[in-house]
Amino acid sequence: MSLLLDALGQPIRDLYLALADDAELPPVAAVIVSLSRWQAQADVLAVHAGAVAVQLPNTSDVLVLDAALLARPMLVLDFPGFADGRAYSQARRLRDRAGYPGRLRATGAAVVADQLAMMARCGISEFALREDQPLAICQAALSLEARPLPYQAAQDRSAAVFDARRG
Amino acid sequence: MYRYDQFDQALVNARVAQFRDQTARYLAGTLPADEFRHLRLRNGLYVQRFAPMLRIAIPYGTLSAKQLRMLAHIARKYDKGYGHFTTRQNIQFNWPKIEDVPDILADLATVEMHAIQTSGNCIRNVTADHLAGVARDELVDPRPYCELTRQWATEHPEFNWLPRKFKFAFSSSTTDRSATQVHDIGVHIIKNAAGEIGYEMVVGGGLGRTPVIGQVIREWLPEEDLLSYSEAILRVYNLLGRRDNIYKARIKITVKETGLAKFKEMVEAEWATIKDGPLKLKRADIARFQSFFTSFDYEASTASDTSYAEHLAKDSAFAAWAKRNLKAHRQPGYAIAFLSLKARGIAPGDVTHQQMDAIADLADRYSFGELRATHNQNLVFTDVRQADLYPLWQALVKLDLATPNIGLLTDVICCPGLDFCSLSNASSIAVAEEIFDRFESLDYQHDIGEIKLNMSGCMNGCGHHSVGHIGILGVDKKGEEWYQITLGGSSENKASLGDRTGPSVGREHIADAIQTIVHTYLELRANEDESFLACYQRVGMPPFKAALYPVAAAGEAA
Repeated sequence: MSLLLDALGQPIRDLYLALADDAELPPVAAVIVSLSRWQAQADVLAVHAGAVAVQLPNTSDVLVLDAALLARPMLVLDFPGFADGRAYSQARRLRDRAGYPGRLRATGAAVVADQLAMMARCGISEFALREDQPLAICQAALSLEARPLPYQAAQDRSAAVFDARRG
Repeated sequence: MYRYDQFDQALVNARVAQFRDQTARYLAGTLPADEFRHLRLRNGLYVQRFAPMLRIAIPYGTLSAKQLRMLAHIARKYDKGYGHFTTRQNIQFNWPKIEDVPDILADLATVEMHAIQTSGNCIRNVTADHLAGVARDELVDPRPYCELTRQWATEHPEFNWLPRKFKFAFSSSTTDRSATQVHDIGVHIIKNAAGEIGYEMVVGGGLGRTPVIGQVIREWLPEEDLLSYSEAILRVYNLLGRRDNIYKARIKITVKETGLAKFKEMVEAEWATIKDGPLKLKRADIARFQSFFTSFDYEASTASDTSYAEHLAKDSAFAAWAKRNLKAHRQPGYAIAFLSLKARGIAPGDVTHQQMDAIADLADRYSFGELRATHNQNLVFTDVRQADLYPLWQALVKLDLATPNIGLLTDVICCPGLDFCSLSNASSIAVAEEIFDRFESLDYQHDIGEIKLNMSGCMNGCGHHSVGHIGILGVDKKGEEWYQITLGGSSENKASLGDRTGPSVGREHIADAIQTIVHTYLELRANEDESFLACYQRVGMPPFKAALYPVAAAGEAA
C-alpha cells in the first residue's frame, strides 16, 4: 500500500477504500468510486452509510460537475503519466472556479517527489505517493522552509513575490 | 536592464540546489532515466548526437558584459571553448558533462542567469525586439512586459507539464522584428484612441513541421490584464491540447481543430473568472519594471562629432560596414551597431570564449556594458557614440566580428544541423559555408540587397526555414541528404510561409540552385529597390520554377 501525505508532508492514515467498478459496495466503509460508477449508481451511493469520494479522469470537465459531486468530502485527481499535467489545471479550476472546499487527493504515476510542491501549489491537499517514493525526499519537497517565495500567487499561499514587493 | 532582488536570487539558487539533488539521484540510480530526462530538459539540458547540450536563457536577448564574461568562463572551463547563439536569443553549449551541469548553473546564478524552462513542454524563454528601447519606430519599450511575463511563467505550478512547448514573443514597433506571428502567443503592445497602453493578442502561430501564421484572439486587452489573459489561454490549452500525437500537440493545432471563435469563447470564459484576481497588474507593478529599462545617460555633445564623417570618407571598408551593420538610433550622435556572427568558415551564431571576453570589454567601453542577442543569431551594441564607431569597428575587424553582411544573403539563419543535433537530416552548417563561399563578394551581395536565407536541418524547423525569403530544409532520402527549397516566406509584419519550389535537390546542387534563384530575381526585379520578397510576391513561383527545373518545365510545355 502506498503512503499518503498531507500538504505539509505529514503521513496520514488512508480511511478510504478504492473500489473497482465491479466490486461490491461494502456496507459502511468510506469508498472511492470512479466518476462513471458515481453517475451510474448515484441513487445507491447517495444513501451509502460511509463517505463516498469520486475519482475524476484527467479528461473530464470539472466545470460541469453537479452540486452532489461538489458536495463530496474528497475528489481524487489522476496524474497518470510523468509529463501529463492536465490535473494541475483541473485542481485550479476546482478550487478557483467551482469553489470546491473538500479534500483533493492526487493519485497516479506522477505523484512523485519532484512534482509534489507544484501539486500543492495548485490546491492538492493530499498525495498518494507512488510506491517507489522515499518518504524523506517527498517530505523535504513539501517543506515550506525549503521552498522560496514563488513568483505567482496560486492556491497554497496568500503571498507571492508580486505581493511581497508591493509591501 | 533588469536586476535581481532577493526574491529572484532565492528562486534561482533554490532551483540550482533542486537540480543538483535530481542529478545526484539520477547518477545514483534512484531517479529513473525517463523522469530525469523531463527534469533536465526543464533545466536546459538535452542529450544530443555526441554529448549533452546546455541551453542558457538570455531573457529577451539582453545581456550584460559581466554575464558575457561568465559565459566565456563556462565555455573555457566546461566546454570546448565556444558557444552558439540561437534563434531564441539564447546561447547553447554543445559539450558539457552531465555531472558538471549543477556547477555550471551555480556559476550562472552568481550573475543572475539560469537555464530554467529553456526546453521541455513548458513556457520557454520570452523573446522580444532586439532593438527594444532604442528603435525609432517603437511605441513603448516591450522589455518591462517581457520581464513581467518571464516572472509569471517561471516555475508556474500549473504549466510545467503542457502538451508541448510554448513560446511568447513581444513587439511594440511599426516593423515586427521578433516574428510575433509565428509564436504560440504573440503580444503587440499598442495604444488605443484614448492613449492607453494595451495589447493585441495573437495566438496559435508556429513554425516546425506544420507552420501556421497566428490569429488575433483579442484586438484590445487592457495593460493590467496581460498575465491573467495569458493564464486563461494556457489553462484552456493545458486541458484541451492534444497529448496523443506530438506533432499535433502545439497550440496552433488546438486553435485550428477547435476553431478560433470557439477557442476564444473558452479563453474569455476562463478569463472572466480570474481577471480581477491576484494577477491583475497595478500601475505601480508596471512602473517598477519600467524603472529597470530607462535610457542611458547620453551625452548631448557627441552629436557635434565630425570624426565619424571623416572616417567614412577616408576608409571604404569602414564605410561598407557602417552601411550594412549600423542602424539609426533615437538619440542624435548615437548608433546601433551589429556584430556579425556570420563570418566565413564559422558556423552561424558561434562565438569563441576569447571573442566573448573581448566583446564584453568592448561593451563596457563603448555601449554602457550591455549588449543584445538577436533572433537572427547576431549580437548588437545598442548605444554607441558616433565618435566611437571607428575604434569599435577596428576592434571588431581584429575579432572577425565585422563582416558587413547584416540582412544580406550570407547573414544566414541556421540550426546546428547534423553536426550536433540528433534529429537533423542534413549538414546545415556545411551548406551555409558553401553558400557563403559562393556569395562572399560584397559588391554582389549589396547588389542583391536585403534577403533572408533561413536553413533547417530537419522538419522541426529550428532554422525558421518556413519564414525565410529563401528557405532550405534538409530532408533524408534513403540515407542521403537532400534539400527542399521554399520561396516567399517572411516573419515580419505581413508574415507568410514560403512556397515549395518543387522536388528537393541533392547536396551537390543546392548552392547552384540558390544561385539560380538569385540570378532569376536579378533578371526579374522591376528596379534595384524591389527586394527579393517584393519581387517574388509580384511575379510568383512560375519563373523561378522554370529556371530551377528546366527539363520538367519543358516537359510540361510539350
